[in-house]
Amino acid sequence: MKWLLRFYRSSVGKKILMAVTGLVWVVFVIEHMAGNLLALKSPEAINRYAAFLKTSDEVLWTFRIGLFVALVVHVDSMVKLTALNWTSRPARYAKVSYQAASPAARTMRWGGVFLLLWLVYHILHFTTGHLHPDFSHTDVFNNVSVAFQSGGKVASYAAAMVALAFHLYHGVWSMFQTAGANHPHVEKPRRWLATAIAILIPVGFLTVPFAIFFGIIG
Amino acid sequence: MNLTLHVWRQAGPSEAGRLVTYDAPDVSPEMSFLEMLDVVNERLIERGQEPIAFDHDCREGICGSCSLVINGVPHGPRRGTATCQLHMRTFSDGDHIWIEPFRARAFPIVRDLIVDRSAFDRIIQTGGFIGVSTGSAPDANAIPIPKAVADRSMDAAACIGCGACVAACPNASAMLFTAAKISHLGLLPQGRPERTKRALAMVQRMDLEHFGGCTNYGECHTACPKEIPLETIALLNRDYLKASLVSRD
Repeated sequence: MKWLLRFYRSSVGKKILMAVTGLVWVVFVIEHMAGNLLALKSPEAINRYAAFLKTSDEVLWTFRIGLFVALVVHVDSMVKLTALNWTSRPARYAKVSYQAASPAARTMRWGGVFLLLWLVYHILHFTTGHLHPDFSHTDVFNNVSVAFQSGGKVASYAAAMVALAFHLYHGVWSMFQTAGANHPHVEKPRRWLATAIAILIPVGFLTVPFAIFFGIIG
Repeated sequence: MNLTLHVWRQAGPSEAGRLVTYDAPDVSPEMSFLEMLDVVNERLIERGQEPIAFDHDCREGICGSCSLVINGVPHGPRRGTATCQLHMRTFSDGDHIWIEPFRARAFPIVRDLIVDRSAFDRIIQTGGFIGVSTGSAPDANAIPIPKAVADRSMDAAACIGCGACVAACPNASAMLFTAAKISHLGLLPQGRPERTKRALAMVQRMDLEHFGGCTNYGECHTACPKEIPLETIALLNRDYLKASLVSRD
């Protein structure tokens, strides 16, 4: 296991771990977003889908634990790399001039921290129901249609989705670079893919809250 | 041209430094940036003041000695150009120019604008070489190397080890430098035998020297006077991942 420890201790190893665990979450948010869109079809469609996800406790918890472990590894690597990066450049320049770093790349860390805090809120809101005034474990459609009557809720979810868009725009592109995929064949496609994911996922997620708020569904 | 310079002055490694403002009158647009500093220094010496200390050697853009962060950009505003090859015509009359040293924990300041870049030498010592049989020179082209591979290797080999990548990176990461060496040697058959060991050893040394990690900002590539491609960093990542899995050490 010495090799694994050496890999984990290195800056490059931790970046690769971040890329892999990031990919796990990208796949999850794609699936989550696609599932949410069933709310546009009918309340029964999304409720049936939600019930299907909970068919087996074993499968449900395997996925939940898998996602949690991926998140812990992702955040742990981020904290350690950030500490390394901040101490590697103790003195700042009097004149700072970014030439290449995109706003998405520069907001990666704080955007990530915001998303993490928001995720805790989101789970308490829609998974456990602790922060929901009228929560039902079976009627998912009711949960969202009650929550998104409020403009404040819609705005807070929209803010989180903007953060997610930024995080995905740099993260998905970086994933390829960190995993070593920078062949000319993937050079342009990975930029397109990152842009497409960064736009389509947050837009897909926001469709339901806006549709409820404007009374199109619900 | 008349310019105003804001130059980082620091008497020694443990002394406190500060930005000092100097007037640079009658600067010729044909001067290189270092020649402009030479003229400023001559005036300082005439007035009995300490000249500004800065690194330089070949002044032809190939030795990697010159440095300087000019207006927040290592080697100044011209892409693919080292400070020594940067001419004053790039600037305009009346400009204020900020001149700071390369900043990184791994590059301690020696004096004024001079930093100690020997951390790079130590990275090279751990893996920036190939094993060869000594003796008479081998026949030219005895080992066939496709042109496309030789070109990629040569693109990476153009690295002059100046450290602009570290200076430009908000994390002071040495990934572009290390990746250039790993690509340059690993792509050629002569460098293959040590490829696994090299990736592990150079990355470990890079971390030990306390360079930061790569967050794919791309600042390094933009600042690089030899425009080393970012693709080399992907190759380093790939080599490191593979080496971690296959190495028996």
